[in-house]
Amino acid sequence: MTTMAEKGEHRYVLNMGPQHPSTHGVLRVILEMEGEYVMDPQPVLGYGHRMHEKMAECRSWPNFLPNAARMDYLAALIYNHGYVGVVERLAAIEATPRAEYIRVITSELNRLQSHLLWLGVLVLDLGAFTPIMYTFEDREKILDILEDVTGSRLTYCYMRVGGVVRDIDDKFIERTREYIKWQRSRMPMYDKLVTGNIIFRKRIEEIGEFTPDMARRYGLTGPVLRGTGIPYDIRRAEPYSVYPEFDFDIPTETTGDCMASYLVRVREIEQSLRIIEQALDKLPDGPFMAKVPKKLKLPAGDACYAVESPRGELVYHLTGDGSDTPYRMKIRVPSFSNLSLLPELCSGMLLSDLCACMGSLDLVIPEIDR
Amino acid sequence: MSDVMNTSLFPPELLRILFTLVCAIVIVFGNAVVMGYLERKLAGRFQRRPGPMEVGWHGILQLAVDGVKLVGKQLIVPKQADKVLYRLAPIISFAPAIMPLVVIPFSPKLQGRDFDVGLLFILAVVAINVLAILVAGWSSNNKYSLLGAMRSVAQNVAYEIPMLLTLLSVILVTGTFSLRGIVEAQSGGAWFIFFMPVAFLIFFAATLAETNRAPFDLPEAESELTAGFMTEFSGMGFSLFFMAEYTYMFIACSLTVILFLGGWSGPPLPYGEYTSALWFFAKVYALLLTMIWIRWTFPRVRFDQLLNFCWKYLVPFSLVHLLVTAVVVKL
Repeated sequence: MTTMAEKGEHRYVLNMGPQHPSTHGVLRVILEMEGEYVMDPQPVLGYGHRMHEKMAECRSWPNFLPNAARMDYLAALIYNHGYVGVVERLAAIEATPRAEYIRVITSELNRLQSHLLWLGVLVLDLGAFTPIMYTFEDREKILDILEDVTGSRLTYCYMRVGGVVRDIDDKFIERTREYIKWQRSRMPMYDKLVTGNIIFRKRIEEIGEFTPDMARRYGLTGPVLRGTGIPYDIRRAEPYSVYPEFDFDIPTETTGDCMASYLVRVREIEQSLRIIEQALDKLPDGPFMAKVPKKLKLPAGDACYAVESPRGELVYHLTGDGSDTPYRMKIRVPSFSNLSLLPELCSGMLLSDLCACMGSLDLVIPEIDR
Repeated sequence: MSDVMNTSLFPPELLRILFTLVCAIVIVFGNAVVMGYLERKLAGRFQRRPGPMEVGWHGILQLAVDGVKLVGKQLIVPKQADKVLYRLAPIISFAPAIMPLVVIPFSPKLQGRDFDVGLLFILAVVAINVLAILVAGWSSNNKYSLLGAMRSVAQNVAYEIPMLLTLLSVILVTGTFSLRGIVEAQSGGAWFIFFMPVAFLIFFAATLAETNRAPFDLPEAESELTAGFMTEFSGMGFSLFFMAEYTYMFIACSLTVILFLGGWSGPPLPYGEYTSALWFFAKVYALLLTMIWIRWTFPRVRFDQLLNFCWKYLVPFSLVHLLVTAVVVKL
């Protein structure tokens, strides 16, 4: 019997997932390993495939609203926003100004809780248990606020074509302001506990070098792209809703490693807080729902609507054929493109670095599988 | 009557051995229960949650319930595992954990046996744990387990060197390997931590790595290797590893206390020859709490960083320290 080493085969295959603590869902990565080094990681998708795009072709457009929330469970409101946006654009309906403000406020709250969860999970992937409990405490406050106004905690179905389901009240505004104050007071703690931690820095600095060229080839978007120095954010590059009315920065870093995308995301938390604050100050009065015909048929034609999800550019492409059922719906999700560069990025890396890389890509698997 | 028992049936030496063993096992289980509860409760407090609260007052009986659960669980042996080694591994890990307790001097009178080479005895016995981890990782027939085991061996072998070098510094000063002798050399508050704080730090860092505790818990790194060498173990197999880990932590902290923190010495107590064990336990648990604190604060280091830290910093520093100590002692 000849052993593997005698035949000159030192490589072995390690199956990571679909159940593994740091794949965050049902992602499977087949790793070709040499010792502790990952030579060739190949992601295998489809474990969470639910045919959302096909479902859109089989049911009337209002019936698809709950589906939108179930693709990315961490950014359900932003997916809501994109879907009602594309239907409005195709049917040429304008949402009321107050509704647009409410959409922005709730979307940004949604983005905050997604970033907070990511922060905790990344550090958990690196082996520290405690920060995720702190970020969950912050996140719980957002979920409570959103639960009061939308009725659910994770898979929201809050936005409607022409507006939103329910108006926000003074209590919501007061609690959101309290939350903003709370979150600002928490950030120095994260700086000390996580960002300033020498072990944490050594683990993610100079790991996973994303370059602008690689980003272009793979269609990378979101904080990972901004970490390479390209200030591309749909909220600025292709403004939608009432984002042009707010003053906020697009944080960028130049190094392109995992630390860069980490810093970008942490600074985005502050920018989201700023947007919410301004939106609460400027919140106009008026109806929260525009007049929309009861039986709205989608006109024949195409429409495209892009929003900035916490993970990058989310595009809905909707084709109508005059009935109330879309002819075709195509959804471009950011995590799919972000994951597709894993084989190129992570070849030759240590197994622990692969975990750090996947953590900093902030993958949401149901969004990839759809 | 008692004379007969003492001389023929139960010679005092046998009684003494039995008593020592019973005490050692009580300490092992007691320590595992106390540490298990403390770790969960403290982790809860660090994370701003209450920790176990349901079973008994403030969850104080949680460990008893967990113990019953673990004993009652089916032992699952994976297909194609090396069945003999797989069952043997937890025992190889757990059994040697009891032995060092025989030579540890808890107070001037509370000590199973005082060997002339007590320190070497502990180091020799504790090193068996590496073998247990390697056996566990190999016999499970699981790649994650094997990776964990390989890491463990590299890590333990590497960190034993700075550990031994710092020990040598202490031995140079005391001139004895007897643990009681080392403690007595520090009597009157002349603890070695004051004379060689660097050695203390190096030794403590090395013990963290030797006991596979965070931030050096690479052999069981959850987020990478699911549970490392323990991945396939369930029920009592798992809990034996678990108890062994806590016992090794206890032994490592006891060694630190004996070598650097003056052992049982402290403000005098009534019946001090026995009760000064209280000071010993207080110091040991203070160190154990520090270990828990570190675990729940820091992320895990990477494997190459771990080894670099040992070979590039700990080993040279401990060598220099040994040299300086030798020169000072000779002067």
